Amino acid sequence: MKSIILKTASTYLLPILLLFSIFILLRGHYYPGGGFVGGLIAAIAFVLHGFTYGVDGTLKLMPFHPGALIPIGLGLAAMSMFLPVFFGKPVMSSLWLPMPIPVIGMIGTTLFFDIGVYLVVIGVVLTILFSISQYSENG
Amino acid sequence: MIDNSIILPLIVNLFAAIIQLFFWRKTVAQRIISIAACFIVMLLSAQLVGKVYNGDILIMEAANWKAPFGIVFVADLFSSVLVLFSSLAGLAVSVFSAAGIGRARMLYGYFPIFHFLMMGLIGAFLTGDIFNLYVWFEVIIISSFVLMTLGGRKPQIEGAVKYMAMNILASTFFLTGIAVLYGVTGTLNMADLSLKVAAHENRNLINITAIFFIIGFGIKSAVFPLYFWLPSSYHTPPSAVVAAFGGLLTKVGLYALFRVCTLIFIPDAFMQNLLIWLAIFTILTGSFGAFIKRDIRKMFSYLIVCHIGFILAGLGIFTEVALVGALLYLFHDIMVKTNMFLIAGLIRQLRGTMNMDKLGGLYTDYPKISLLIAIVLFSLVGVPPLSGFWPKIYLFEAGFMSDRYLVVGAIIIGSFITLYVIAKMWIDVFWKAPPAAADGGEGAIVDKFKTFPLSKKALLVSPIVLLAAISLYMGLCTENIALAAKQIAAEMMDTAPYVEAVLKTH
Repeated sequence: MKSIILKTASTYLLPILLLFSIFILLRGHYYPGGGFVGGLIAAIAFVLHGFTYGVDGTLKLMPFHPGALIPIGLGLAAMSMFLPVFFGKPVMSSLWLPMPIPVIGMIGTTLFFDIGVYLVVIGVVLTILFSISQYSENG
Repeated sequence: MIDNSIILPLIVNLFAAIIQLFFWRKTVAQRIISIAACFIVMLLSAQLVGKVYNGDILIMEAANWKAPFGIVFVADLFSSVLVLFSSLAGLAVSVFSAAGIGRARMLYGYFPIFHFLMMGLIGAFLTGDIFNLYVWFEVIIISSFVLMTLGGRKPQIEGAVKYMAMNILASTFFLTGIAVLYGVTGTLNMADLSLKVAAHENRNLINITAIFFIIGFGIKSAVFPLYFWLPSSYHTPPSAVVAAFGGLLTKVGLYALFRVCTLIFIPDAFMQNLLIWLAIFTILTGSFGAFIKRDIRKMFSYLIVCHIGFILAGLGIFTEVALVGALLYLFHDIMVKTNMFLIAGLIRQLRGTMNMDKLGGLYTDYPKISLLIAIVLFSLVGVPPLSGFWPKIYLFEAGFMSDRYLVVGAIIIGSFITLYVIAKMWIDVFWKAPPAAADGGEGAIVDKFKTFPLSKKALLVSPIVLLAAISLYMGLCTENIALAAKQIAAEMMDTAPYVEAVLKTH
């Protein structure tokens, strides 16, 4: 889409939306938010960029195809689900570090599960949308 | 008793799928991981059966939430034995797929999705929470949609649309049933439901809810009248995929029906009659459909429907002997139906077609493979002393003892028609001289199998040998399997130990 307003805005919106998505991801444990919503917001940031610069322009920003995030995210979520078994607890119990870390706060396996969901959602949404728009852009 | 390791067969499949996603373009690595993972799952499930064989019921409380509130996974003998049989079938399908599935399909994620499907099956067998059961059914049907459409040929899409429409309808019924049940009792834990439903005074509401579940699971396991999606979709995807579907997917529907009908909605006289009539019509329509089909896989699809009726009849008669018969038939059916579709795939490799009019002369070309296939076909028909024979003895005994002569008659008709169609198939495919290739080379035999390297031949034949050996064992040493089936049937008739194990562990 050729519009100077959209072009300028999306250049600035991409980092802001990505930061916002991480904020949503991290506040998700006690407040509305979490990995799924955060992942959607991050994906929307890239989709907006893709509207302006074309899918190929957006893909150039990324070190690898977003599809590669799917196994990474799934692996992270599955690991954090399975980790409690090594501590003699049932699958999916949450484990927490004993002391809160300054600035960040309490860290537990639920955080890594959410990060995994975040990555999977980005990967899936971008793979689907980019495949469709590449197909329609290239005929 | 709490045992956190019962979930391991499921976890191994999950991790196998994830690791395979990392090897997206490397199909050789995917094949090796898949076969290794299936083998590990088989060992783990054998260990699981060993743990519960003495009558223990093991539970795992996910995330440490206590029983009626959190999700529990329960391994009693019924679910453990089914996990073992499905992992055996999964191993066979995985080995066969390594040679029988084209590289193009593997590049689009055949193996990861197959392991997600296996994960869903094992999860459905192990869960003790009815909403969680719904979630596993969703995992199963989403994976099976992908497997069914992978390749994207036009008939595949056509079959998949029918399959998907009917399965989504079934899920809707199932979900509505759960919603009503939750509204009535306020719980989703199956053991808790068992107590609360039995104590509920509004029986009409309970019966209507039961009908929702029967319709939902009935569609999924291809019971009359909503069975038609099965024969019209199972002949389109590759044979390895259909082997997993035919052996396992309809059986998980039956598993759920057995679980729900023995634990939550104990059938009264009306429900027993309903199930028996459904079974009779399923047997008759399935077997009559198999009569007229000339494509091997279409014929086998109708035979699946027919034999679902046998198992359902056992549930409908609802005595301990009948349940033993139904369970034995269920175990036999998982092994033999998986094997039948693998055989259909092998015949395609041997001859390039699955149309019986164009086939012929396999016995003169491949006598050893033909004998192997004969064992499987005899097991399917139920020639004594092979594995299809013993369950029918139990079903007949139960039918005569409770004066259900119609269902005995239907089983006899179904068995005879199975015998007839299998005999006709044997003559057409193995004994008949191959049709001449006169009509423009159209009927010419394309034997791809002869040119394969030995390793590929071994990959195609060894899973059939494995499953045939298990079928033989189930026929010749049937007393061992019957012992397990009797124990399961006793657990079904008396669910107090199950409820106690889930609710009062502390």
